[in-house]
Amino acid sequence: MGETIVEVKQLNKTYPDGTVALKNINIKAYKGEFIVIIGPSGAGKSTFLRSINRLSEPTGGEILFMGKDIVKAGKRDLRKIRRNIGMIFQGFNLVKRLPTVRNVLHGKLGYMSSVKGAFGLFDQKDVEEALDILKRVGLEDQAFKRADELSGGQQQRVAIARAINQTPQLILADEPIASLDPNSSRVVMDYLQKACREEGFTTFVNLHQVDFAKEYADRIIGIKDGEVFFDGTASQLTDETIEALYSKEKTKKQEAVV
Amino acid sequence: MMKNNRHMEKKKVQNTIFTVLAFAFFIFSMLQLDIVPERLMRSFERLTYIFGNMFPPKLNEPIDVFGAAIESIQVAILGTIIGILVSFFLAVFAAKNLTPFKPLSFAIKSFAGFVRAVPALIWALLFIVAVGLGPTPGVLALAINSIGMLVKVYAEALEEIDMGVVEALESAGASKVQVILQGVIPSMLSAFIAWSLFRLDVNIRYSAILGVVGAGGIGWELVKAAQMSRYDEALMVTIVIFLMVMSAEVISEFMKKRANAATAQALK
Repeated sequence: MGETIVEVKQLNKTYPDGTVALKNINIKAYKGEFIVIIGPSGAGKSTFLRSINRLSEPTGGEILFMGKDIVKAGKRDLRKIRRNIGMIFQGFNLVKRLPTVRNVLHGKLGYMSSVKGAFGLFDQKDVEEALDILKRVGLEDQAFKRADELSGGQQQRVAIARAINQTPQLILADEPIASLDPNSSRVVMDYLQKACREEGFTTFVNLHQVDFAKEYADRIIGIKDGEVFFDGTASQLTDETIEALYSKEKTKKQEAVV
Repeated sequence: MMKNNRHMEKKKVQNTIFTVLAFAFFIFSMLQLDIVPERLMRSFERLTYIFGNMFPPKLNEPIDVFGAAIESIQVAILGTIIGILVSFFLAVFAAKNLTPFKPLSFAIKSFAGFVRAVPALIWALLFIVAVGLGPTPGVLALAINSIGMLVKVYAEALEEIDMGVVEALESAGASKVQVILQGVIPSMLSAFIAWSLFRLDVNIRYSAILGVVGAGGIGWELVKAAQMSRYDEALMVTIVIFLMVMSAEVISEFMKKRANAATAQALK
């Protein structure tokens, strides 16, 4: 086991309306681990990922990232922590009107002075680096096209490039392939895995396809009702466990039918 | 069935009463305001006299009509630019999805609503009292009148943007200013350009009128000519105003097309 990158201790999240999203989550992630999180929809997978970079504020617990507590970080510290955590979204979240390469350059904003970044005054070196990263995700020909001209799979690869450009320690991918067709899904997952292997990023990926999870993950975490239900390797994840993990959803569905 | 009939009858009676009342009010207003046919006929005579004196339109030397027209356009452009800058700044705090503090959004929107409710001419009168005659009160009046409208439409455009973009940049460690300039503005650029040009168009129309109350520009010349019963000069000034407004419309149309063409080109 390598160096600990993230340590989540007793993480809790209760929404203002009283819904409990996360209950006492404890997870330790090591350098270079490719962790896939599975579980029924509404189980808290997304809330968990979004709590790590505080897009969603936890209501209790600690998240130690490289030894610093993210939960207690002030505004300025949070910005510094966030630039070391890349995030990939289901909806790609690119600035659609801007060229692809500019979207990749946005990964560098956290490292620039506020004014320089605001006016998009990127150095020549930054631009070359961004083009280089685009080449690595196979999109060098699309660099100067508008982001919304690209297909869904290509846009998600741009989002991966943006995350790589942050030179992060950790990547959070929230349902990165949920709105893609099977072929593009595979391509995106391949690039994501390749980038993480090459750079040694620790990665959390939320997926709802169990087969993809088993194929790509070093480690699988199952979340059910806001709690860790399973934590182990793909081979340890038996069909019974999967059944049990998703069982509540099934019974709910049956109720809905009746 | 019976009930329904009675209901219908009741409605018929009601309608008749309303019609009679409306007609009575019309007659009453005519008498009250002294609009009698006799007077209308006389005003027609007077009108033919004025029209007769309007032709041919004349340009009198001491009046610099074209200089005044240019001043009007300058007032419009300055007022619009100040309005756009202030409005955008305020709109960022007024948009519900970007404001750091919800009551602030409400406060700015109410302020804009109030400003919008006061016509540009009234603002000009107020600013004339505050800063004196000339183009300055005109610029200020147009700026503040623009703010009333632009804050509202910019804030609405900002509220429609995809918040995912904001989240993505924030999660990459971008500061608030960076998020707005790099993510938010490019996402709402077409709405921003369209509304700003539309406002310039409106302001050019207004700037011609502002002179009437003494806030600089061509309207003042129109009032002077009319007061001295020089209807031929008044017509000339009116023609210049017409040309000014028309050309402004043509130019803003051209700019809108250019902006669209730029977008189309970027799409290729």
